Amino acid sequence: MIFTIARKELRSLFAAPSTWLILGALQFILAWFFLVRMDAFLQVQAQLAHLASAPGATQAVAAPLFGAAALMLMLLVPVFTMRMIAEERRNRTLALLLTAPVSCAQIVLGKFVGLLLFLLPVVAGCLLMVSALGMGTQLDNGLLLANALGLLLLAASYGALGLYVSSLTAQPAVAAIAALAALSGLWLVETGAAGSDSAWRALAPTSHFESFNAGLFDSGDLVYFLVFCAAFLLLAVRRLNNNRMYG
Amino acid sequence: MSNATSDITLSARNLSRRFGQREVVHSLSLNLARGEVLGLLGHNGAGKSTTLQMLTGALAPHSGQIDICGFDLARQPEQAKARIGFLPEIPPLYREMSVDDYLLFAARLRRLPRARLAGALAETKRRCGLQDAGRKIIGALSKGYQQRVGIAQAIIHQPEVIILDEPTAGLDPSQIRDIRALIRELGDAGSVILSTHLLGEVESVCDRVEIMHHGRLIYGDSSARMQQYGHQPGFIVTLLAPPEISELQAISGVLHAERLSATQFRVLHPADANPGAVLLALAAQRGWRAEQLVPLQSSLEDVFVKITGGGAQ
Repeated sequence: MIFTIARKELRSLFAAPSTWLILGALQFILAWFFLVRMDAFLQVQAQLAHLASAPGATQAVAAPLFGAAALMLMLLVPVFTMRMIAEERRNRTLALLLTAPVSCAQIVLGKFVGLLLFLLPVVAGCLLMVSALGMGTQLDNGLLLANALGLLLLAASYGALGLYVSSLTAQPAVAAIAALAALSGLWLVETGAAGSDSAWRALAPTSHFESFNAGLFDSGDLVYFLVFCAAFLLLAVRRLNNNRMYG
Repeated sequence: MSNATSDITLSARNLSRRFGQREVVHSLSLNLARGEVLGLLGHNGAGKSTTLQMLTGALAPHSGQIDICGFDLARQPEQAKARIGFLPEIPPLYREMSVDDYLLFAARLRRLPRARLAGALAETKRRCGLQDAGRKIIGALSKGYQQRVGIAQAIIHQPEVIILDEPTAGLDPSQIRDIRALIRELGDAGSVILSTHLLGEVESVCDRVEIMHHGRLIYGDSSARMQQYGHQPGFIVTLLAPPEISELQAISGVLHAERLSATQFRVLHPADANPGAVLLALAAQRGWRAEQLVPLQSSLEDVFVKITGGGAQ
């Protein structure tokens, strides 16, 4: 049942021309960023060779690329999540899901899984681009995988929050703006926090992505992302249930 | 479920629903039997749509219980909902999907086994006249076709209870005729509840009528008998050479005679004695030149207004 809804969600996303446009533009920007970093790395490579523990290509090119992708996803995930529930409500198609023999949890999970399947190629795209470096140099596979996993978890947490915001309203545009505001608010909390170990920093998904970005696989960060996703998905389920209660 | 109530497909008891302080549906009870088409009739805002939404599980009632084929909608929602097909007032269509994809999604959502999908799709499209529309995008279809797709999604999993909220709204007369024929066919196999404010619809497709007014069911009977409600038997007779009114009044069996125009009279009589034949014989005998005799028939509109006590206050 979850898979049926996920599949439908994936189809709906790809049915919109804007999706293709945004994915294409995202890939273009990331490729541009990748080449600029490559260029900079090649220029300083001669000096780096004299250093004792110089950063390798993975650290100098791949990690910043994933960092850029994380920032781009913060802007783009709300665009993909905005329609998921808000548009169903606006077009009155929510009635089809609510009167079908599926629970609200299955509806929300189905949509979330569909979104993850959709975001997977974005992360895979970054990974593939960086893997092309492997033709000329030795890559740090551990760092790469940590980055990819981190980016996926970060995208999932953005998606869960976006899905919840989308369940609050009947206007997709409002959902997009509100989700973007919430995500940039969390980001500002992180950048604005004074000390690097401030409790405020721990609130923001981006700060937990940073350790993945540095190649650090901390189970605490993993738990943070899982809890973040679960919390917002639960809130979305509750909101849909309330739809039944309050109309 | 093999007990005596097996042919009751839907039963609702004491449903109530408030929106804020306003009670929209008040202690409503309803039964639906297999093979029956029930018309839910009422003014706009009488609570019809709210009732149907509660019966399908889209809206939770504040009190009361709903059983679908023996399954409690609140306690066993999945079993109960798998037996319902619902067409809301605005058909829940994904405009960007093709008709086939949409109907298959609806069927999967209602847990139709994979092996039966293709057969159910072909059969449903045939019944709804959508054979040629399978690959078309729903958003590009005309209103009539969209309504048919809406009905198709409600029946593709062969539900035992089909609930249609104003199924013919916004259609042209020939489409209305097709859809009414389809509803009649559906009613023979399963059971159908439809809401409407069109009285003609009740007359042509419904076996039974429930009239809703201010959130209560105020009248329920077979649609044939509803037409007889409060009906005074009588006829209108045209006499080209009319006699005095007292002469008509004097005929045995005539309760009341009244002159409508120079040549037309309305004659009321008790239900068990029709003085029509006597009157015509007398007319021939005395040369009143009787031209025609038309039984009085109350229109469904009159009956409806009578039952709901005038317009919507």
